[in-house]
Amino acid sequence: MNLAQAAGGVAGSNPWLNIGIFAVFVIVTLTIVVRVSKRATSGAKDFYTAGGGFSGPQNGIAISGDYLSAASFLGIAGAIALYGYDGFLYSIGFLVAWLVALLLVAELLRNTGRFTMGDVLAFRMRQRPVRAAAATSTLVVSFFYLLAQMAGAGGLVALLLDVKSKTGQSIVIAIVGVLMIAYVLIGGMRGTTWVQIIKAVLLIVGAGVMTFWVLGKFGVNLSQLMGGAVDRAGQGGEKLLNPGAQYGKTGLTKLDFVSLGLALVLGTAGLPHILMRFYTVPTAKEARRSVVWAIWLIGLFYLFTLVLGYGAGALVGPDAIKKAPGAANSAAPLLAYELGGTVLLGLIAAVAFATILAVVAGLTITASASFAHDIYVNVIKRGKVDDTQHTEVKIARRTAVVIGIVAIAGGILANGQNIAFLVALAFAVAASANLPTILYSLFWKRFNTAGALWSIYGGLTITLVLIVFSPAVSGKPVDPVTGRSPSMLQGVDFHWFPLDNPGLVSIPVSFLLGFLGTMLSKEKVDKARFAEMEVRSLTGAGAEKPVAH
Amino acid sequence: MSTTESPPPADGVRDADWETVQASPEFQSLRRRLRRFVFPLTAAFLVWYLLYVLLASYAPAFMATKVAGNINIGLIFGLLQFVTTFAITTWYVKWADKNFDPPAAAIREEIEGSGR
Repeated sequence: MNLAQAAGGVAGSNPWLNIGIFAVFVIVTLTIVVRVSKRATSGAKDFYTAGGGFSGPQNGIAISGDYLSAASFLGIAGAIALYGYDGFLYSIGFLVAWLVALLLVAELLRNTGRFTMGDVLAFRMRQRPVRAAAATSTLVVSFFYLLAQMAGAGGLVALLLDVKSKTGQSIVIAIVGVLMIAYVLIGGMRGTTWVQIIKAVLLIVGAGVMTFWVLGKFGVNLSQLMGGAVDRAGQGGEKLLNPGAQYGKTGLTKLDFVSLGLALVLGTAGLPHILMRFYTVPTAKEARRSVVWAIWLIGLFYLFTLVLGYGAGALVGPDAIKKAPGAANSAAPLLAYELGGTVLLGLIAAVAFATILAVVAGLTITASASFAHDIYVNVIKRGKVDDTQHTEVKIARRTAVVIGIVAIAGGILANGQNIAFLVALAFAVAASANLPTILYSLFWKRFNTAGALWSIYGGLTITLVLIVFSPAVSGKPVDPVTGRSPSMLQGVDFHWFPLDNPGLVSIPVSFLLGFLGTMLSKEKVDKARFAEMEVRSLTGAGAEKPVAH
Repeated sequence: MSTTESPPPADGVRDADWETVQASPEFQSLRRRLRRFVFPLTAAFLVWYLLYVLLASYAPAFMATKVAGNINIGLIFGLLQFVTTFAITTWYVKWADKNFDPPAAAIREEIEGSGR
């Protein structure tokens, strides 16, 4: 093991085997994408939502594939291995959040919109300003989420393929970007969905096999497994069982945790790439079934990560994890090696790559749909485009290429940044700018254009400002062990906001802004459009029927 | 419609009288029914989740109380969050199938039947 570590990469990793397994995944998924896209027409409806032709269970699996990013898999398992209980808290927020989507958003959104979040938010408002705002926030959320995934790809490469030079990692990030563009251009939403379905199955089955393997080693007894992790951690290992190892240090870190918890639970139902998935099913009832499937699969997966995290703590040990390249992120791969040797490690490595690829493809199609549908067609062309369907898809495809290139460049620049931080940022923006606007427009009659603009732009601005001036960006004291500050920027300190996560302030402020903007504006409520929106959203009357295949 | 520059094209029904439907007792009852179910339930699970987050942050000693072996109250509460999430999901689906979908479908058929 020491020899392999000296050679770089995770101990026991065979880069060629990992690349081989990953190549098989790419070839299989590309073949499927090409095959399903042959049935596709070139219409916008087909490109954005696969004609609404997926079933609830299919979409539910795809949603899990879209949602369970590498941060969920590698990040949470690693956090549990190193910090124990505090890592578990993340997964609870990520799961409970789905109830907001299930009870308040999914079905009503499916009935009201066609392609994007902007469809719903602008339904009864002045189209151009609200669509521009919705698209802006969609692009910002998708961009941060994309950056996180691309940066994660760079880190994963270092970890699993033994590519240590920045140039080598950049090339891999570029390959991921090119593959993602290919999936989206060739397959549209239908192809992307199948990639997500395949990835979700691989990820959940892979994690499930490892979970039962680990449990088997500890007499199928969770208490015994946790005891193993405590023993392996040595002195102070008892802390792993209790909350507070990561967030319990000071009053501020505790408050920061509450802030993060709020952003996680309210962010999910405002993530544009998740919202867009509800349009890929034919009816609200199928949208409901999708969320139910997603909740069960995601919940099951997070239960697996609990076992995997403590399993990595017990079988690999925190010292070995901390020393490995990628630190916490290497816990799950190291555990795979410990259990099944080089082959299982190769499989898990490939699954982790597939995870990144599927998530970035979903983000790209969402961002390009939002640009083409909301900004190009409705804002720039004011809804007057000749041959709308054809032009819109053409624009969306071009946008996907541009987004892909931006993501590659951003990913290369962000390589080495904290992935969890970038994802938390995307959740904070979604919870602040998007969710209040969605809820108000679905449930509050009085809500109007000014309110929507205030809550979107206001929420977006306050979130970004608080993050820029947070200790996550600058001013954390230098860690004596690493000689670096955990902040994003080294050697400067311009922070004045005390928390890493802005949710605790930005979410209530955004709700308040939406309220104030509405009340202060003299704009009259469009009663006819509100009646139409409310009746449509609850009954599904006039909702688009799926394209027959 | 002066405030709406370009309403999204609506396939299916265009000229249904949405305001009449909205004012009908059937629709009002459907709306009330949905809100009476989802709003309290949302409040309940959010309170339960926040309680859990606050306990983990501010009452770690209580959460660390061992119950059996290495299983402590914190872990049990955490797993209970999973249980309540699954339970609420199942409950909502059962409720919607029985109490929401039939009246919603009736109103939809009414609109789509007369709107064309």
